[in-house]
Amino acid sequence: MKKQSFLQRLLGAPYVLWAAIFIVVPLLIVVYYSFTDSAGNFTLENIKSLVDYKEIFWISIEYSLIATVITLIIAYPFAYIMSRKRESSQRIMMMLVMLPMWMNLLIRTYSWMNILEKNGIINNLLAGIGLEPLKMIGTPGAVIFGMIYNYLPYMILPIYSVMVKIDKSVLEAAEDLGSNSLSKLRRIIIPMSMPGVVSGITMVFVPSVSTFYISQKLGGKIMLVGDAIEKQIQSLYNYNLGAALSLVLMVMILLSMALMKKFAGEGDGNLYV
Amino acid sequence: MKKILSTICALALIASSLFALSSCGGTVSILENPRAEYTREYEGTTLNVFNWALYISDGSEGTFDVNSAFEELTGIKVNYINYESNEAMYGKLKSGAVSYDIVIPSDYMIERLINEDMLQKLDFSKITNYDLIDGKYKDLFFDPNNEYSVPYSVGMVGLIYNTSIVEEEVDSWSIMWDEKYADNILTFNNPRDAFAISQFLLGYDVNSTDKTTWDAAAEKLMEQVPLLNDIVMDEVFLKMEAGNAAIAPYYAGDFYTMYENNNDLAFVYPKEGTNIFVDSVCVPANAQNYEAAMMYINFLLEPEIALANAEYICYASPNTAVVNNPDYSFYGDKLLYPSAEEMPKTEYFHDIDPEIRAYYEKLWEKILIDLNM
Repeated sequence: MKKQSFLQRLLGAPYVLWAAIFIVVPLLIVVYYSFTDSAGNFTLENIKSLVDYKEIFWISIEYSLIATVITLIIAYPFAYIMSRKRESSQRIMMMLVMLPMWMNLLIRTYSWMNILEKNGIINNLLAGIGLEPLKMIGTPGAVIFGMIYNYLPYMILPIYSVMVKIDKSVLEAAEDLGSNSLSKLRRIIIPMSMPGVVSGITMVFVPSVSTFYISQKLGGKIMLVGDAIEKQIQSLYNYNLGAALSLVLMVMILLSMALMKKFAGEGDGNLYV
Repeated sequence: MKKILSTICALALIASSLFALSSCGGTVSILENPRAEYTREYEGTTLNVFNWALYISDGSEGTFDVNSAFEELTGIKVNYINYESNEAMYGKLKSGAVSYDIVIPSDYMIERLINEDMLQKLDFSKITNYDLIDGKYKDLFFDPNNEYSVPYSVGMVGLIYNTSIVEEEVDSWSIMWDEKYADNILTFNNPRDAFAISQFLLGYDVNSTDKTTWDAAAEKLMEQVPLLNDIVMDEVFLKMEAGNAAIAPYYAGDFYTMYENNNDLAFVYPKEGTNIFVDSVCVPANAQNYEAAMMYINFLLEPEIALANAEYICYASPNTAVVNNPDYSFYGDKLLYPSAEEMPKTEYFHDIDPEIRAYYEKLWEKILIDLNM
């Protein structure tokens, strides 16, 4: 690596300082709290009591994995179709994808609450045409749906941005050399779009596994890791256990990112996170 | 020409708004019949008031603005800050990073604050309106000699239910365990209140130091888990008003807010007994503006001010000038002011031993994890 000039380092200093104060120090505080009790003495109690939460970790991972896979299934063809459209149509489609994101996540989720509730819009419609009401709110399905709805754009955008960059002439060359559509997809499009897929998966999985608002509003009694942490900090004032739970969550996220990076490394190594 | 015209218009607008402001300010500032005297001795100082959110008449939607009235009267600037729970307030106070002159915690928290020397005694010679406080809210367990606190607001928990779904007579907490109403039942999203319901039903003391009674109460709560629709705090309003749940325990005063939006709702104090709380005004030990705080407490007790607050908060008032005022919209109200024979059995929460607290919080966590299965 080239040595940085003094000016470069000077210009970088504020960012390094910012990262140190607002990212590194808080993380160290989380680690400190995880291994101490409320009086500040060293303890492993918090880590030991994490065993009680193993089901919660499992369902958090399970729900976010399901949400990520479904998001990928929806986003991949969408991004492909979008990248093959004329430029003006691409702009309109991009706008439609981005539009819901201009509204706050909390408000979007709150509106879904009203739509999915027992006496919500969908059940009123069903009752109107004489059908039995459905139980939607408070089910795992509602939570997974909330994740998919809120994080879908984070999957579409990175895949799309990789796909538009695939040179048309490469596809034409493949056709000239006798590729049918299937082998074109399998041997050119999928490998070349891998970096986008990997970064999309990370960008959907990470916020899903740590969410607490979506599960609280749409999931009723369902508690995910994010909820467990929020509860410890906000209503039980047990910062130590809350920190220990966060530590596990952090390790989980780092592991999944490392795994993803390995996959991306087999492509051309571009991780857009 | 256009420019001159628009300038005149702008000036006229500014002038009219100034006029409107001053006329409005005038009516707010005057207390019609003050019982006590208020001086401008502490003009220019700041009073830091730390209170629950939405717990003072603040001038919104045409209500009386208590804090600006006090500012106009005394020249003291009121710095009004909110907290969400007794525990959050305690944390802020304990950290010592900030100093407040007024706090309004609940009974058990006052007991804890006094035990930890975090409050200072009030100068009752300056709080001349204290005689307005109803005798039944004096000499309470948390401040047996009435030295540290002046009652501000009183509330009781009851059962709110939707009569279009629950057609039977309701008089017991046991309905929250009735399988007929599966997926229609809500409960409190905090351990002390949620446990209290099961303790009342089983006939245990809510302040018990016997761990086995907490175990039994937790077991009872576990039985309830499959029937619950959700565990809530303020979300209860949305759920009950829209009819998405049919049974919920909550505070009598808040029932009126829900009833305004859904006339099918009804309220009852269960026969097994229920929790009562008193929130009282206190002064922390490290307060900076003690004298102004005394004046503020006296001001809050003024009949007009206490009335405005009672109307705004919708909880019961400990102030006899409010309770006996025929113009008060809850005058003689049966839920807020039940007569002696209709008064339900009530229990205060006391400050609880930290070990017991840690114990039931652990049990509560287990219950919450169980909710997932």
